[in-house]
Amino acid sequence: MALKRKSKQFKWHHKHLLGLRELSAEEITYILDTAKGFEQISTRSVKKAPPLRGKVVVNLFFEDSTRTRNSFALAASRLSADIIEFTRKMSSVSKGETLLDTARNLEAMGIDIVVIRHGAGGVPKFLSRNIKACVVNAGDGFCEHPTQGLLDVYTIRKIKGTLEGLKIAIVGDISHSRVARSDMWAMTKLGAEVTFVGPPTLMPAQVGRLPVKVSYSLDEVIEKVDVINMLRIQFERLGGNPFPSVREYSHYFGLTVERMKRAKSDILVMHPGPINRGLEMESEVADGRNSVILEQVTNGLAVRMAVLFLVNQAAAQEK
Amino acid sequence: MRNLAFISCSCYTQANIQSVLLLFGLLPAPVVACTGYAGTGAIMKVILDSGQIEKILKDLTGRILSEIPAEMDIAVIGIRSRGEVLAQRLSGRLSRHLGKDVQCGTLDITLYRDDLNSPRGTAQPLVRTTEIGFDIDDKIIILVDDVLYTGRSARAAMDALIDLGRPRAIRLAVLVDRLGRELPIQADYAGYKTDAAPGKLVQVNLVESDGKDEVVIE
Repeated sequence: MALKRKSKQFKWHHKHLLGLRELSAEEITYILDTAKGFEQISTRSVKKAPPLRGKVVVNLFFEDSTRTRNSFALAASRLSADIIEFTRKMSSVSKGETLLDTARNLEAMGIDIVVIRHGAGGVPKFLSRNIKACVVNAGDGFCEHPTQGLLDVYTIRKIKGTLEGLKIAIVGDISHSRVARSDMWAMTKLGAEVTFVGPPTLMPAQVGRLPVKVSYSLDEVIEKVDVINMLRIQFERLGGNPFPSVREYSHYFGLTVERMKRAKSDILVMHPGPINRGLEMESEVADGRNSVILEQVTNGLAVRMAVLFLVNQAAAQEK
Repeated sequence: MRNLAFISCSCYTQANIQSVLLLFGLLPAPVVACTGYAGTGAIMKVILDSGQIEKILKDLTGRILSEIPAEMDIAVIGIRSRGEVLAQRLSGRLSRHLGKDVQCGTLDITLYRDDLNSPRGTAQPLVRTTEIGFDIDDKIIILVDDVLYTGRSARAAMDALIDLGRPRAIRLAVLVDRLGRELPIQADYAGYKTDAAPGKLVQVNLVESDGKDEVVIE
């Protein structure tokens, strides 16, 4: 029982969560510790607690999403906030309204937290500088998807105890992946060794400047890693011909039953979803005993509750 | 000279406290020691030592047992952090007396606080886990905290408990009952009563969390 009276002098002061790159290891750990307290809300008879009572959260999604949008909506409602769902197709954006006008109009209705996903990098930051409400990044371009990064490290920490010293491979379409970037920042800050794995055509141009190792062969790393995170091939973003055929990609970079035989017996298999079954991962692996893909989704809810709670706390302290 | 002034000042308050103790008939022996807490600059006086804390817990256990029929289903739930430790001790005592296992749980009330949206000076409370591994429905819940003061923690704890189920009754047991209620809440089982002035710190230290059992007052 580690109870210390004067140890908890740490104060969370970010009213926006824009990315994990700018957070310290201590701040990331604080979010994870906070999320732990939110887990039980989802398992009890009254699945609601009052800390965001009377607050309004807007889900401002300019890109499609099922998991993240629903997870944020559920997280907000479990904390007793009201939630407004905004999607591009059902809004005045299709009539030509600018992003800032949309946000300011929503703000004029008295909203407190904006959860935004946008195809262009930097939009959450832009928004945070121009409106008073808290801004939570739910994915911007190829930059960051901080809550996914947090739920990934939360899941790993929950099972492995710590990230310190773990070897983690992130495999697939790194260049188009904001998940890979947020994962990289969170995992390396918490002491893990991250390797990006994929064909050279799917590596970011300046990958050498990032705090990761790079490998172009999954077979080289599969035996060494404690955690493997398989990214989705994002066909909607792929330009040109990054790989000759889907079969060839799957042959070299897919997580197959065959490859799993060479992996550590306690390897964690992760995927941010949605899975292209049979492409980056065989179904038997996705549903296998090493897979924590559904735990990731469950943990995502607790992590998002913690994030909404903390940004709102920081805003309250600002008053 | 300065030291002298401090001592005489603390002797004065010491006398005050003793008279309060006598008033409530709760003072076994007039042993009140002075402790200077390093770094804080404040003079802290020990108002309860480990023997007195033990005696209070024994007394609380006796009162709970005499009021609640033995066939009733009792469980003890402590409010983090010091209430958690006291609840464990209380449930141990109750288990021994009743000859059956009295379940014990821990409640984190952070999400139910009424000051979450008001600015605070220093650190914010960390949301911690609630660990109640049993069904609270139809049980008599002995809610345990170290100090009952404004009553706001007790209010938050009751709301948190109701979200977990529907207990048959909730009873409040505290080690220290301090004057200064802001809500219509009273303890069913109170140990030591004090009227420490507003703004003064009343701090409960326990072996499990702080290394030793004592209650100190600024």
